[in-house]
Amino acid sequence: MSGLIIDDVSMTFELPDGGKVEALKNINLNIREGELVSVLGPSGCGKTTLLNICAGFLAQTGGNLSLNGDKVTGPSPERGMVFQKGALFEWMSVRQNVSFGPSMKGMPKAEMNGIVDHLLEVVGLQDFKEKAIYELSGGMQQRVALARCLANEPDVILMDEPLGALDALTREKMQGLVLKLWKETGKTIILITHSVEEALLLGERLIVMAPRPGRIHKEYNLPFAEMGVGADLREVKKHKKFGVVRDEILSMIWDMEEEIMGRTESA
Amino acid sequence: MFFTTEDFLSEFGFAITTSLWMIIGIAAIFAIYLVFSAAFSFIYNLYSRGKEAKGYGALKTVTFGDESAVVANRLASVLGVLTLFFLWGLATESKLLPFSLPGPFNGDAQFEYTAKNSAGETDKATVTFRVSKQGAEVEKLVAPETSEGFAKDDVVMMLERRSKILKAQNNDEGGKDDGYTITEINGQPIQADSVVQVEGAEVLFTKRGSFSIRPKGGMTMEPLFLPPPEKVWDTFLKLNSEGYQGVSLWENVFWSLARVVIGFALGCLFGIPLGYAMGLNGWLRGWFDPIVEFMRPVPPLALIPLIIIWFGIGEQGKISLLFLAALWIMTIAARSGVSGVNISKVHAAYSLGASKTQLLTKVIIPNSLPDIFTGARVAMGVCWGTVVAAELVAAEKGVGKMIIAASKFQLTDIVIVGIVIIGIIGFGIEVLMRIIEKRLIPWKGRG
Repeated sequence: MSGLIIDDVSMTFELPDGGKVEALKNINLNIREGELVSVLGPSGCGKTTLLNICAGFLAQTGGNLSLNGDKVTGPSPERGMVFQKGALFEWMSVRQNVSFGPSMKGMPKAEMNGIVDHLLEVVGLQDFKEKAIYELSGGMQQRVALARCLANEPDVILMDEPLGALDALTREKMQGLVLKLWKETGKTIILITHSVEEALLLGERLIVMAPRPGRIHKEYNLPFAEMGVGADLREVKKHKKFGVVRDEILSMIWDMEEEIMGRTESA
Repeated sequence: MFFTTEDFLSEFGFAITTSLWMIIGIAAIFAIYLVFSAAFSFIYNLYSRGKEAKGYGALKTVTFGDESAVVANRLASVLGVLTLFFLWGLATESKLLPFSLPGPFNGDAQFEYTAKNSAGETDKATVTFRVSKQGAEVEKLVAPETSEGFAKDDVVMMLERRSKILKAQNNDEGGKDDGYTITEINGQPIQADSVVQVEGAEVLFTKRGSFSIRPKGGMTMEPLFLPPPEKVWDTFLKLNSEGYQGVSLWENVFWSLARVVIGFALGCLFGIPLGYAMGLNGWLRGWFDPIVEFMRPVPPLALIPLIIIWFGIGEQGKISLLFLAALWIMTIAARSGVSGVNISKVHAAYSLGASKTQLLTKVIIPNSLPDIFTGARVAMGVCWGTVVAAELVAAEKGVGKMIIAASKFQLTDIVIVGIVIIGIIGFGIEVLMRIIEKRLIPWKGRG
């Protein structure tokens, strides 16, 4: 079986005061190879927990998880991760950061340099190879993070709000870059986001999660990612269906938030 | 009870009173210093008026309270230091200044006393005293041969600021008889414990009938307490060429620094791995936590007596002490360096295929360097302070040893040179560490 299979995964843990939290309950997802999936939900719905389980940083308390038939038991270079912020190594240059994965495997230098040069060109940082990380802007740093992840040739790329810390304009540009990378590399990408528009643009398949317990609320199959490849994302957003789905999801999340508020008030 | 409440209160009260006087003195000196500062500031403002400051900072309208708008005025720093030297020279009759505060009385002066003999007659005689600087060659005063009446003139040779007792009646005719008394000084009636101000001195008429003559001290400080700047400079040059007690100044400095460097290096050698272990392993953290947390607040100086009992006063003891001073600081620095790693970096490294060893060498260690350097700066400062204190207690060579030995012979100039050298080296260490830090970890604070 190829692809990432999330089979009835649950996550329950105990609080110090004895209470139980159901962070995830019976999650079932079948992610095909090369699919671009975005995950959306109000805070506390367990989407980051789900991603951490996929990455192998957390062990689920129920169910199974496998990638291309192999059980996921811990972090592995097959599943690359792009973080929101602060995951680059400041003591290394851009080149050293990008070549980190290959160098861990002991790849020869010449081969490694070829990969780095190519990837930095893809993300548009060919002139910044020898720069230090702290000399780059936030958007450039996320480009480095993307290149570093790609350098390792992962089967799945997990993105935990990779554009969340960027300003609106840089974010738009980076959304285009993510689409371009997805199309060019054909990688499976799972992207978590807070932004409804981003989820619509960067998801062939959009999964809306609901909190308490964390579960899948609704799934959409959307054409916008395909439309957005190499096109102007602002044009895509003007699409009539885009507005309709956006409003539907917004009111859905709004209701969830209301429900949480109501529950805490009555508690 | 061995110690009553009254005892305590009176002793404590005395401590408070004397401290209070000292604090008032310090406040007075500080006030004088501030007056100079205000005067210079006034002149500076007059002079710089009309000259517009340039740059972005000059355009800020809110400056009071904006820390970034407050820049140290370097001219003020220079003037502040110069004023300090000026006041120092002024109070010590420095030859570098064309004037100074009035110094102690020096030269000849005299006063007259009236004596009454057992027969009830009165007569007058003169006491002449010559006050000279310590070590200066002076001609001795000679008592005048001829003198009318029974009271005879006296002469006294004195040193600046040093009082002397004179029993004036000893050379008077019938001066040793009962009923022979001295009744006046300069026509001023006196009795036991009277104090009379005369030209150049203060005379106390003691209960036993003698004069205790104290030459006037002036407003300057005695070189014993504070030598003038040029004397300190000369001493510095002399220490450079000849040394003190057969050890040159730089040899002393070398020994102190060598102890610090060795003790600090040993502290790092053991402390950093221990800190890493505590940061990476829960059992080891629990195992060492009580020791580290207990030893950290113990001032290294409190360990000196124990160290002397164990190791004696040799190098071994001092290096062990500095090792202990640096050890806990470096352990805690390394531990917090490990704990401070952003979990995203660790996750990223693992999902890029790093092994545990690779994670340690490529992520944990470089990431902890800023914390380790901060710790190293603190540890070097503490070690420097500790080595000087340890040398004060017992050492054969070292700056601390030099100043404590000199203080036993009241060689204040050597003590001051030593203190200045200690200060400069302490400052130098701090500056050096900052330079190394900038070179080695340019990413610090910019993560």
